[in-house]
Amino acid sequence: MGNIIINDLWSFLKPEIFIAGGIFIILLADLVIRDNRKAIHFTALIILIAAFASALLQMGTESFIFYLGKGNNHGLLAVDPMSTFIKLITIFSTILIVIFTITSEEFKGSKFKSGEFYTLLFGMLLGMLLLSSGADLIIIYVSLELLSLSSYVLAGFIAGSNRSSEASLKYVIYGATSSGIMLFGISILYGLTGTTNLYAIHTILVSPHVNYLTLGLSILMIFIGIGFKISAVPFHFWTPDVYEGSPLPVTAYLSVASKAAGFALLIRFIKVGFISSVGTNGFWNFYENFDWQLFLIILSIASMTVGNLTALWQNNVKRMLAYSSIAHAGYMLLAIAVLSEKGMLAFLVYIAIYMFMNLGAFYAVMLVANKKGNEEISSFAGLGYKNPYLAFGLSIFLISLTGIPPTGGFIGKLYLFIALLDGDMYWPALIALLNTVISLYYYVRIIKEMYLTKALDDTTIETSKTELTFMFALVAPILVFGIYFTPLVNFCTNFVRILGF
Amino acid sequence: MESMSVGLTHFLVLSSLLFSLGIYGILTRKNAVLVLMGVELVLNSANINFIAFSRFGNFGYDGQLMALFVIVLAAAEAAIALAIVLNIYKSFHNVNVDEIDKLKE
Repeated sequence: MGNIIINDLWSFLKPEIFIAGGIFIILLADLVIRDNRKAIHFTALIILIAAFASALLQMGTESFIFYLGKGNNHGLLAVDPMSTFIKLITIFSTILIVIFTITSEEFKGSKFKSGEFYTLLFGMLLGMLLLSSGADLIIIYVSLELLSLSSYVLAGFIAGSNRSSEASLKYVIYGATSSGIMLFGISILYGLTGTTNLYAIHTILVSPHVNYLTLGLSILMIFIGIGFKISAVPFHFWTPDVYEGSPLPVTAYLSVASKAAGFALLIRFIKVGFISSVGTNGFWNFYENFDWQLFLIILSIASMTVGNLTALWQNNVKRMLAYSSIAHAGYMLLAIAVLSEKGMLAFLVYIAIYMFMNLGAFYAVMLVANKKGNEEISSFAGLGYKNPYLAFGLSIFLISLTGIPPTGGFIGKLYLFIALLDGDMYWPALIALLNTVISLYYYVRIIKEMYLTKALDDTTIETSKTELTFMFALVAPILVFGIYFTPLVNFCTNFVRILGF
Repeated sequence: MESMSVGLTHFLVLSSLLFSLGIYGILTRKNAVLVLMGVELVLNSANINFIAFSRFGNFGYDGQLMALFVIVLAAAEAAIALAIVLNIYKSFHNVNVDEIDKLKE
């Protein structure tokens, strides 16, 4: 019996085991290696690459882990293609964040404790990995808190910086409140169904005896916690301040990995808890207890409209990208709102490309901020002449974020619109299209600043060859996927399935 | 039902009151420490729900298990949040949430 559990753990939980072990290894390495800081970055990279490889190897497996026992065939964790995809995304973006950290100017000097930083970063990653496969509300709440608690500290990681401290205070207050409300929602759902397991909740929600009003209330409360993580309107108020104040690598991490984990939770919550079956045409059939489609459409349209319209007035590029990430959460939410397998595919394609383009944009902004010390839009004036390579890379990222061909962002939007039209959602599709046009204005504003505005001073913005190579390593997939996207889409198609559905 | 017996409803009323008080505290208090006390009230109101449902609904021990986890997490959250408040006090010399607004344009 004991052996079976250990075998199960080893065959399905390798990424989590590597990361959890990695936390201890890094803590030890931090104590032992005092003089050579590079060794810690290197150790972190090796552990992450091992975890990424093991996640790749468990592609296609589907199983419960930690069975509840007593003839119960549900488990606490569900390893399935969708969760594996989100694990790949989160681990890969962590690898990129380690490289961000090495080149970040904010993290230079003796004040930066790299051992503590990676311990917290790995704690956050472990929370995301467990969250993406959590099938029980207990483990979902615990891993959500693990993710949040580590990220509160990371947001305020620069010692002595007022902006960073303020960001972490705002993050912890908004985060603790929303997770508290989510917990209250979970307690009501537990009272309604008598179980905390999502798969068991599914079987109980079939019965017509469930009080729809109470159920709706508990769903709304739980959604506050999820909406906070994916920063959807109206739970987005923390996003601009926290993104602006946090150190740039942390901001970039929050905008991609943390969002991906939140979406994984949302998808599993909807698909496992509330749909009766997946139809032959790929659409999800629902019980008549909660109108998920209308709910998600309203939230996603609010997110993209508020995000894009507010981004127009921002003069700080980091803050502008924060609003842009709210808008992108809206697009991804709209892909899920189709409630079909095609919508899921569109979401997976979108988030894979979003990872490259958003991290790339943050990296290019960080290279400028390293030299200028701030991210104001005026710092970008004349960049096209001062450093043509950097300006070219940033332009590609911004064009891709808008969704103009031949970049990957266009493919993400293309699959989103295909899924929307497939689901007969013409009005949401039209609003999303209008939003894309609005977003063009503020993305192009940065490009215009780089190429058409004269620089106010003649400080040079130099970048090392390694930094440029890394940036172009992020530009390459965007351009390649923009033209030759079949492999990416085929790859994503393998990951649409969720355990049991 | 006997006039003196305490049933599920009593616990639910108590937890709803605690929850509302917690939210009220979060929304109205200016001092960050008092805001965090509001958060603790919210978490503990959910705990009362979990234990009451598990006791009166014959749902097994899942609810009580959850309550134990929440107690631990609430302690961890309080530790981290207070450390952050201390950090704020070092740089701003007060902990009033409405006076810490340097990140606005």
